[in-house]
Amino acid sequence: MDAVERGSSGKNARGGGETMLAAEPKGCGTSTRHGKASCGAHGDQGDLPPAIWDKVKNHPCYSVEAHHHYARMHVAVAPACNMQCNYCNRKYDCANESRPGVTSEKLTPEQAAKKVLAVASRIPQMTVLGIAGPGDPLANPEKTFRTLELVAKAAPDIKLCLSTNGLALPDHVDTIARLNIEHVTITINMIDPKIGAQIYPWIFYNHKRYSGVEAATILTRRQLRGLEMLSARGILCKVNSVMIPGINERHLVEVNKAVKSRGAFLHNIMPLIAALEHGTVFGLKGQRTPTARELKALQDACEGEMNMMRHCRQCRADAVGLLGEDRSADFTKEKIVTMTVNYDPEARKAYQVGIEEERRARSVPGREEVREHAGGTSDIKVLIAVATKDAGLINQHFGHAKEFQVYEVSRSRAKFVGHRRVDHYCQGGYGAQDDLAAIISSINDCHAVFVARIGGRPTSELKKAGIEPVDQYAHEFIENSAIAWFSSYLEKVQSGQIQHVERGDGTIRQDPMISVA
Amino acid sequence: MPFKIISSQCTGCSACETECPNVAIFEKGGTFVINPKKCTECIGHFEEPQCVAVCPVDKTCVIDTSLPRYQPPA
Repeated sequence: MDAVERGSSGKNARGGGETMLAAEPKGCGTSTRHGKASCGAHGDQGDLPPAIWDKVKNHPCYSVEAHHHYARMHVAVAPACNMQCNYCNRKYDCANESRPGVTSEKLTPEQAAKKVLAVASRIPQMTVLGIAGPGDPLANPEKTFRTLELVAKAAPDIKLCLSTNGLALPDHVDTIARLNIEHVTITINMIDPKIGAQIYPWIFYNHKRYSGVEAATILTRRQLRGLEMLSARGILCKVNSVMIPGINERHLVEVNKAVKSRGAFLHNIMPLIAALEHGTVFGLKGQRTPTARELKALQDACEGEMNMMRHCRQCRADAVGLLGEDRSADFTKEKIVTMTVNYDPEARKAYQVGIEEERRARSVPGREEVREHAGGTSDIKVLIAVATKDAGLINQHFGHAKEFQVYEVSRSRAKFVGHRRVDHYCQGGYGAQDDLAAIISSINDCHAVFVARIGGRPTSELKKAGIEPVDQYAHEFIENSAIAWFSSYLEKVQSGQIQHVERGDGTIRQDPMISVA
Repeated sequence: MPFKIISSQCTGCSACETECPNVAIFEKGGTFVINPKKCTECIGHFEEPQCVAVCPVDKTCVIDTSLPRYQPPA
């Protein structure tokens, strides 16, 4: 990935005459002739208006398909926060966008701008800069906007994003629009202040500290107002919600409706991360975290309303690289100082044109074969885990996988529904038994695991656990292979050769994602 | 008595620095310090001391009892 330098995404919405989009199109939340626009959760343009598609097609967080090809980076210029959340320990990063338990290296706006250029020179598929903390970007408006201004000037092809708790949002919407910040994420965990009081001990607003229901009342009013204001200006909004069992898990369906009606483009329901060692209020009191099955059920329940983001890796405030990888260690403050910057928009553009050609080439055969297997009446659906390195292929060894993508397979469709992070089992050729047990636990809700290759011991352990290791589709497309496998699975069920049984639940890892690159 | 910051508890987040109406707070070695000569305990500015209200760690911005109490101008 290093070294190759290619060019700008050809983005032209910034830096001049072109105004922001008209406020009207809202993508996922918008009804179309097919009922719901296709975006975010899927990879293709679907019914999205071209102007919206242009904004999301190379944004790894807004398009599940784009995240295989395009990278993002965060710069940690915003350390201050204006509220306290029970899932956050401010000794570490904000859990708004980052897993608790990791600390980002703070940068000045000037250092951050240099870092962005250094990364853009070396990772030509890096198309998006986000500011997500480690506190709240809008509690540090000068540092946040100064950084974005510097980057817009030096690298106008990079899309700008920020992620906020929303408390200060209404005060800054005009600046956000003026700087052509195209994507804003708001973390909204409740619209009912009584529930909010269980999540937020206090907020700092108008030079005063508020607590309890009063704090949550102000917060929810400000968040929803901010969302409405952004929507009215045609700025794409993603809403992040932390799923906290026993506190807001049922309520998030209401949140989903509320944000959809205010024009949110995409909803990302993330599992609470809370372990004792994080030192958060929830971690210390032993607050339960969701299981994979619970998370998926809630995401499914909301999906009828709007598209759901399911590929979020809850990345840290100084993350660099493709989602699911973290190259921040290659771009520390110390290293950036000595890095030469050779920002070449033409080379970046050329590289990204190459990506687009590859995307087109890969998407076509996928579609046609799927139809061959379509049909049939069985309404059984199963989950499968897939070891994959990139765009749509089963091309990773079981022992090398750092995460598995999870697909829900029916007779006619294989739908991406999430991912499970694991430690890779195979380290120097020796897989540890405990690691294997942890992997099995994390994909325990799956009927099969698709891999390019797999060793003897994991094969037998997986079978013992009732998960079928499948290596016959090595280096083939995930969707087609999954449907082909499922057709034969159903045939075996129908012929009585095997019995279809429901799987158990999967566990979601709680430890912070440090570098896995 | 002006306020002081207990540096072992300070996360270095800088939230207090921008809220201080007296520009009395500055960074020193990764954490923040209050200049006692400038601190007015926010008297005359706000209902509550801003550094205390915004600080994410309880009991980190505290009254410095070793110094005389701030006297607002008559």
